[in-house]
Amino acid sequence: MAIQNKAKKPGWKELPEGDLIIGGGTALEFKTGDWRSKRPIFLKDKCIHCLTCWAYCPDAAIITQDGKVVGYDYEHCKGCGICYHECPVKGKAIMMVSEKEAKANEKK
Amino acid sequence: MANEKIVARTGNEAMAEAMRQINPDVVAAYPITPATEVVQIFAGYVADGIVDTEFVPVESEHSAMSACIGSSAAGGRTMTGTSSQGLALMAEMLYIAAGLRLPIVMADVNRALSSPINIHCDHSDTMMVRDAGWIQIFSENCQEAYDNMLQAVRIAETAKLPVVVTTDGFIISHGMERLEILSDEDAKNFVGEYKPENYLLNFDKPITVGALDLTDYYFEHKRQQVEAIKDSKKVILDVAKEFGTKYGRTYGLFEQYKMDDAQIAIVAMGSTAGTTKVVVDELRKNGVKAGLIKPRVFRPFPKEELAEALKNVKAIAVMDRSDSMNAQEGPLCVEVKAALFDADIKVPVLNYIYGLGGREIKLEDINFVYNELTDAVSGKSKNRISYLGVRE
Repeated sequence: MAIQNKAKKPGWKELPEGDLIIGGGTALEFKTGDWRSKRPIFLKDKCIHCLTCWAYCPDAAIITQDGKVVGYDYEHCKGCGICYHECPVKGKAIMMVSEKEAKANEKK
Repeated sequence: MANEKIVARTGNEAMAEAMRQINPDVVAAYPITPATEVVQIFAGYVADGIVDTEFVPVESEHSAMSACIGSSAAGGRTMTGTSSQGLALMAEMLYIAAGLRLPIVMADVNRALSSPINIHCDHSDTMMVRDAGWIQIFSENCQEAYDNMLQAVRIAETAKLPVVVTTDGFIISHGMERLEILSDEDAKNFVGEYKPENYLLNFDKPITVGALDLTDYYFEHKRQQVEAIKDSKKVILDVAKEFGTKYGRTYGLFEQYKMDDAQIAIVAMGSTAGTTKVVVDELRKNGVKAGLIKPRVFRPFPKEELAEALKNVKAIAVMDRSDSMNAQEGPLCVEVKAALFDADIKVPVLNYIYGLGGREIKLEDINFVYNELTDAVSGKSKNRISYLGVRE
């Protein structure tokens, strides 16, 4: 029952019994993107849309549209770098950068 | 009762018979003396097509309980059986079964824990996992083992808690006794159909089972679990009442034997209670007001009820068939004394550690304990803890 986006967490009488989470697809509500120390940057021009990254991503954080990669879901991407590792493109279509620096650059 | 059949059965056979009538969806088990027969006989029923159960032979007790957890979470009525080292190997999974509130029912034949290695009865295995969150039911004889197994299914599924039903290794498990069994139809009707509220194979209502619970939720779930076990006292009594009304054998949280006017009382669990009853009857013939309290459920521990039942006695002996290795006393005595303290009852309480590793407990031993109680009532100071039957 580790859903983060609740202002007040439920008391023991309100929780479903037995450590259950009722309902499907609840992992979507659990934002794990802030764990990231490395951020993948999508290099659109290099991507061949083979979807290898999409198949390997353990957090289903590769966003696709009409069978093509369009970007990453940074609310769930933990920055593990598997997509970068598996990218078959010569020179890679993904660049891993420091999350801290990426954030600092965003503010500028 | 008209529909009951009287047969001769050992404790293990009685438990297997109950399992046949319960006809669970899944049984996952690993053999261990003296509990092997329970699941061995049951495996025979599976092989012969007498039951519809999916039997999962596994490579260890850890796997047995793991498979049971998977099956129960998936929505199946699930049972297993074990003893001693097997129960110890299950320990990790027992806590998980309880924390996930899975109504698994287990037959556990009490046997000493190694080391030294021993295959005979004491309660050290069951006591080791007393805080795992399972309802623990002790049986005095084959009949109780059978009746408790049937009731355990109802208790577990109503309270949403796992239940372990114990017998005493060899003394009950391999001792043949007269057993009244319900007709298959009565047993089937009594346990009823299992309708879990939430289960993994319900695709219309998806759930997540066993999610990570850190500093922010674990405590709340544990608090919830404690409340469930506390509330299970009522469930146990309700199920016992229905069983008693239908089939004539009454059960409660504990049995009181000649306690109405008792001045000295022994508190003992399992087969020793039977031995004690014989001594109580003898003492009563000689005008000694002796009584017995036999806790049936050790978890939830019926503390207020026990204190109430013991409020008029002048001295109490608590019989522990396991030791807590220099805790205040043996595990049963610690609980009884705490219950008395909270009820402001101040009488001598003597603790006897007995029967470890299957050491026989005889009528003379129980008689000796009642004599010590009589001494204690007349003010003679006695050892707080005695080791009954050990060679000095």
